[in-house]
Amino acid sequence: MGQDVLTEDGLFMVNIGPQHPSTHGVLHLKVWLDGETIVKIQPHLGYIHRSIEKMSENLSYRNFIFATSRMDYLSAHINNEACALTVEKGLGIQATPRAKVIRIIMAELTRLASHQLWWGCTGLDLGAVTPFFYAFRDREAINGIMEETCGARLTMNYMVPGGVMYDLHPNFQKHTKDVMASIKKNLADYDNLLTGNVIFEMRTKGVGVLSKEDAISFGCTGPTARASGVSCDIRKLFPYSGYENVQFDEILATGGDCYDRYMCRMAEMRQSVNIIEQLIDTIPEGDFQEKTKAVIKLPKGEFYQRVETARGELGVYIVSDGAASPYRVKYRSPGFSNLSALSQMAQGVKIGDLVAIMATIDLVIPDIDR
Amino acid sequence: MNKEELKIAITEILPEITFDETGEFLNVFVPATSLLPFMNSIRSNNNFEMDYLFCLTCIDWKDHFMMVYHLHSKKHRHEFVVKAKLENRENPEIESLSGIWKTADFHEREVFDLFGINFLHHPDLRRIFMDDNWKGFPLRKDYMDENMIEI
Repeated sequence: MGQDVLTEDGLFMVNIGPQHPSTHGVLHLKVWLDGETIVKIQPHLGYIHRSIEKMSENLSYRNFIFATSRMDYLSAHINNEACALTVEKGLGIQATPRAKVIRIIMAELTRLASHQLWWGCTGLDLGAVTPFFYAFRDREAINGIMEETCGARLTMNYMVPGGVMYDLHPNFQKHTKDVMASIKKNLADYDNLLTGNVIFEMRTKGVGVLSKEDAISFGCTGPTARASGVSCDIRKLFPYSGYENVQFDEILATGGDCYDRYMCRMAEMRQSVNIIEQLIDTIPEGDFQEKTKAVIKLPKGEFYQRVETARGELGVYIVSDGAASPYRVKYRSPGFSNLSALSQMAQGVKIGDLVAIMATIDLVIPDIDR
Repeated sequence: MNKEELKIAITEILPEITFDETGEFLNVFVPATSLLPFMNSIRSNNNFEMDYLFCLTCIDWKDHFMMVYHLHSKKHRHEFVVKAKLENRENPEIESLSGIWKTADFHEREVFDLFGINFLHHPDLRRIFMDDNWKGFPLRKDYMDENMIEI
């Protein structure tokens, strides 16, 4: 970039990425170091910017939903749901009772699978290889459920305006119950493997502290903010799809360090299992999709819907001029705001700990670049 | 505060404000020149305390730009949308809010990159997604480049 690695005030500039294993994608960080201590970080984004917002302006209200599976690919169901809910808000309809319950179960399965992948990768980033295999074994089981019902394992494209695309697989309930039983047993293994590990605790406790005020000011959401004591679970604050009828706790911690962010996600996995178990036996009978017109046109106006993805608050903002495709779509992605706090969190820590901070923010780069 | 109370309290800060209540949120139209003092007062005023800027974006309405700020108060749990109209299409500019909400820093860079809005007094206004020497602003409605086909 034509820039000297040694700055005038004696700082040393290091490039991390764009092809670094711990960035989980193509993220480029410029890090200024004083010895081993981080002074400043500048993220360089856009390596996989596809301008999904621009593409959506030329897609119909049925089609633009499926582009979002490629944003935060670990929360594909929840992204699709957010768009479907926004369109439903514009049409003034609601999903059928059966579809609502299916949506919650699918969203929680997604959250569980996403947190499992995060847990495995966090272990890997900090030098523990075994957790990765445990996590992927369980994630594979959840992907099996997804594959059975949606026909896909990553880009599910299952949520449509008015409900879900097709009905559940006949085997769904039994399969899900079996998987939940084994995951509940395995979650104890997760703690034995990593949570209580002395090396792991030393690498995460007190590292990368984010204060409550900063978390709000940076717009952090999800477990990243809840570990700093910010109550921001959209499922509790602005319930959608019937989350108000489900019993679960919002996980809060006060330390704001890597360890608390880790513990928040671990506790959230148990809450997700809890939610799925409450609903799996009481899926209402009936239609899985509300009838909608073949060509959807939203009335003139603006529609905003937020949902809680595995990473935090995803906002979908649609501006409609009455045509068959949106005039403007804006995705307020959780990863983008969470990443902006990285420089603040990493100030004054050693460069080796940067990987721990990045792992516990749980960055998914396509979600940031969009 | 509910919508009616918010309207009264906001009018007290700046009398020339207009409202639009057709949508889900209360929309507050602020003249672009008085945006920064208005935002400063709703951030620090104890009755508002809008500490959480959860969405910052821009809309290209072909003859003007509209800046859109979604604001929420963690303490009072009320929220509204602030909008500022930018008439000048050739050289649109508005004060940066990155001194009030830190999240505005990245989001304003995104709007600068994709819409070409110039944020005055922004600490580090560079393109965030596109290449540094990219020509044009992709999310503008009149944007064209050699790879695009007119339908």
